[in-house]
Amino acid sequence: MNKFEQELKNNNFTCSECKKCDKLVWPPSDFCNKCFGDVMWRPLSRTAKLVEFSRKNGEYFCIAEFEDQIRIMGTIENVENLQVGQTLNLIKCDYDGKEKFIFRSIR
Amino acid sequence: MRKVGIAGGGITKFTKSDISIESLMVSAVKPVFDSIPDLSQGDIDAVLTSTNANNKYLANIVSELSGISPKIAHSVESLCNSGTNCIVSAYAYISSGLADTALIIGSEKADSPGLVLEWDKSRGQYKHPIYWSSMFTSAHMRKFGTTLEDLAYVGAKNHRNALDNPYALFENAYSIEDIMQSKHLTENVRLLDCSMPCNGSAAILLASEDHIKKICDQPVWITGIGQKAISAGFTRNEDLSSMKSTIISAADAYKMSKKTHNDIDVAELHDAFSICEIIELEDLGLTRKGEGGSYVRRLHETDDRKINPRGGLIGSGHPLGATGIAQTIEIFQQLQGKAEKRQVDGAKTGLVHNMSAAATSSTVLILEQ
Ligand SMILES: [Zn+2]
Repeated sequence: MNKFEQELKNNNFTCSECKKCDKLVWPPSDFCNKCFGDVMWRPLSRTAKLVEFSRKNGEYFCIAEFEDQIRIMGTIENVENLQVGQTLNLIKCDYDGKEKFIFRSIR
Repeated sequence: MRKVGIAGGGITKFTKSDISIESLMVSAVKPVFDSIPDLSQGDIDAVLTSTNANNKYLANIVSELSGISPKIAHSVESLCNSGTNCIVSAYAYISSGLADTALIIGSEKADSPGLVLEWDKSRGQYKHPIYWSSMFTSAHMRKFGTTLEDLAYVGAKNHRNALDNPYALFENAYSIEDIMQSKHLTENVRLLDCSMPCNGSAAILLASEDHIKKICDQPVWITGIGQKAISAGFTRNEDLSSMKSTIISAADAYKMSKKTHNDIDVAELHDAFSICEIIELEDLGLTRKGEGGSYVRRLHETDDRKINPRGGLIGSGHPLGATGIAQTIEIFQQLQGKAEKRQVDGAKTGLVHNMSAAATSSTVLILEQ
């Protein structure tokens, strides 16, 4: 497991950020994708915006956007009256060979 | 830049039967030589292979198995778009003068390692392509009111077209009803909305203008090329009701060929899922934004073969590395007037659209008589 996956397993959603130009570097990388500077790891906000969603059997999956730029796919636990653009809380992340993100809707 | 044309193509039946990747490749080379009597192995300057298989040194292996000792031999891999990327690489070798002829061979097995992009962290636990296709579908439904029935028309049309394609994996028609009642994989993607991985092989011969006249009396010219790689990760495509890489590729291809969407008589589109065809019709300018669904309905109801005459990926099967080449062979045959029951009358200008990994990259080719 790399640093990103290890942190995810400890329920920390972290991302690489450039030490030189402060850019958030997603997907996680050892180099900045703007200036190729070195990166450090910082926790991301636990709130996200709901971009799109669908359902497989009873399970809702979605694209959520963090800090106006990082979009990832995850699961939504409570699903009443979901609206694109609404706020979601990241309540758990994990890593078991795949990255897992679990959200709850805040209304 | 020198003009580059298509001199011939070879394709084998798409199947689920087990055969080695090397044999698959040679099986498509054979009909290329069979169809061009004046072609000999010594004429081939470049051999490029297109596949996601993990086998090494395939272009050299297949060259040796085919009795060819080319100047240039290597493989091209870019997931579903490998075949069209390979054609563009060969085009560049010929137009630059590094080669006069290039044989491009695309093959894939049903268990290809290219089916799922495990690298893409942004997909979280939802790595399988049904999930990105479900996101595109949700967005297009939300924005334009596209329905599950609209999607069913894509599959019904393409499966019907595939009945006249002797190389297609599928040999049965499916009604709108069949598709509406097929198993839901997600709330808006059903089994019959999906293309199917399979074994398949296709090969195509490109040549320079000077050389092509010696071996082919009815060449088809590649007059426009557009390619764009936005990213590898799915979630960089911001507007999910649209495919940004396709819009950019189409603009470049139309510009290079000095053609517009109005000039396109026949087109092969990458319908990995039924929503893809609807979005691509719009993004290629073949219909207005939001009207892809009603456009497909009209094609189906009037038995119009203009879009995906060989049955698309949904009807033909989707052997990743072979797909872009099989698409291009279809347009080649259409413009030669040799597409038999699939023929679109009077087709003079055609378009090939192919893409990879949720349209993170796309290729558009314009072909002309
Ligand atoms: Zn930087």
